[in-house]
Amino acid sequence: MMRSRFQQEMQDLREKLLRMGGLAELAVDRACQAYTDRDLARCHIVLENESLINAAEREIDELAFDILATQQPAAVDLRFLLAVTKINSDLERVGDQAVNIAERVMDMIGLPAVELPVDIPRMATAASAMVRRALESFVEAKAEVAQAVLEMDHVVDRMRDEAFIMLVRKMNEQPQVTQQALDALLVARNLERVADHATNIAEDVIFWVRGFDVRHHAQPDMAAAQTAEGPKQ
Amino acid sequence: MGVGITVEHLNAFYGKSQALYDINLAVQADHATALIGPSGCGKSTFIRCLNRLHETIPEARVEGSVRIGDLSVYNGSSATQLRRRVGMVFQKPNPFPTMSIYDNVAAGLKLNGFRNRRQLNEIVERSLHSAALWDEVKDVLHKKSGASISGGQQQRLCIARALAVQPEVLLMDEPCSALDPISTGKIEELIFQLKEQYTIVIVTHNMQQAARVAEFTGFFLLGKLIEFDKTEKVFTTPSDKRTEDYVTGRFG
Repeated sequence: MMRSRFQQEMQDLREKLLRMGGLAELAVDRACQAYTDRDLARCHIVLENESLINAAEREIDELAFDILATQQPAAVDLRFLLAVTKINSDLERVGDQAVNIAERVMDMIGLPAVELPVDIPRMATAASAMVRRALESFVEAKAEVAQAVLEMDHVVDRMRDEAFIMLVRKMNEQPQVTQQALDALLVARNLERVADHATNIAEDVIFWVRGFDVRHHAQPDMAAAQTAEGPKQ
Repeated sequence: MGVGITVEHLNAFYGKSQALYDINLAVQADHATALIGPSGCGKSTFIRCLNRLHETIPEARVEGSVRIGDLSVYNGSSATQLRRRVGMVFQKPNPFPTMSIYDNVAAGLKLNGFRNRRQLNEIVERSLHSAALWDEVKDVLHKKSGASISGGQQQRLCIARALAVQPEVLLMDEPCSALDPISTGKIEELIFQLKEQYTIVIVTHNMQQAARVAEFTGFFLLGKLIEFDKTEKVFTTPSDKRTEDYVTGRFG
């Protein structure tokens, strides 16, 4: 009986985290759509919905804390709980990045529209895809999907670097559009941070599923990698 | 100081029924090693093979080799000689009920013909200190019997009694299972201190206890040693799926 309650609590935790992941992903998509459409109303929606993400973060932490205190999980269950608390924190920060983007867009809407040498929608698509894939790897407990997310990170990093070079050049050539270029630069930086959080989530999924820590390019213990089993649902 | 224990190809039987199958294990000196597993898995039988208590059961027998330091347990040493070097604490505290606290601790030495009163006093005090019981009983050493103190104190008295003969190895068979959380905490604290000087092997059903006190953990199932590794590894990333299923409560 004790363990069935435990399994139910773990399932609740998984579902709450997925709902929160959906909220964070939607916030980024909305903020980026607001950038493309110069849509003030959408920016407000992102700002208003931030409290939902923050509440979800607290709720997930409380449940994880309760499970740790009352069930003393071990092995794959312990790794799952640790991964969930860290993913929770990363998703909340993804929500913060969406808010930052929305605030930049609100600033840009107040300025004349200008042509900028940066493809924010393309970068947004890549960063959003990373978050989606990272959550997918969590849902399916698939370390190989999480591994693919890690490999996407450098693509977004390169986009950010290119955006930086192009936008600084634009500011030098046309100082009158400096404010708009700076806003776009900050949006690019926010999207790169979203990709970083997706990378963190993917690393946590690998830790949960395979039991080794791949953060900061650490090499997994291959012996452990060969013997570790996938988690049970 | 404690000594290491080397177990090779150990098989144990109760009549025709085999309880342990080809156990190979090296217990490190001056560390605590926990043995976990579901009821009937053979972990208690295993530690009873380390001090030849297994063979006291009619029709029970052992095959294979156990070495405690330089002593070969099943080849040339007497059970008495062995048990002077290997102390044991059981699930239920078992002080000698009619003896005083002092006499309980001194019993092993007296049985071995030790009579020097001054040295006996010193050893009793030292053993009670080591068992973290001295402060609680120092004023009633001769007035109170071993059975008149609390369960937690009785268990620490049994530990003091085991320590008095200066063993190298301390075997503990579920030493806290009859104790409340406060007494359990004291025994665990004690194990933590004792493992600096003694090799400790502890059988426990409480997995958190194993995780708290032991550097190494072995998982037994159906008479076989399934996994033996550093405790943190066993409880975070066990190598064998059966270990994982047990420590996560999926069976057992």
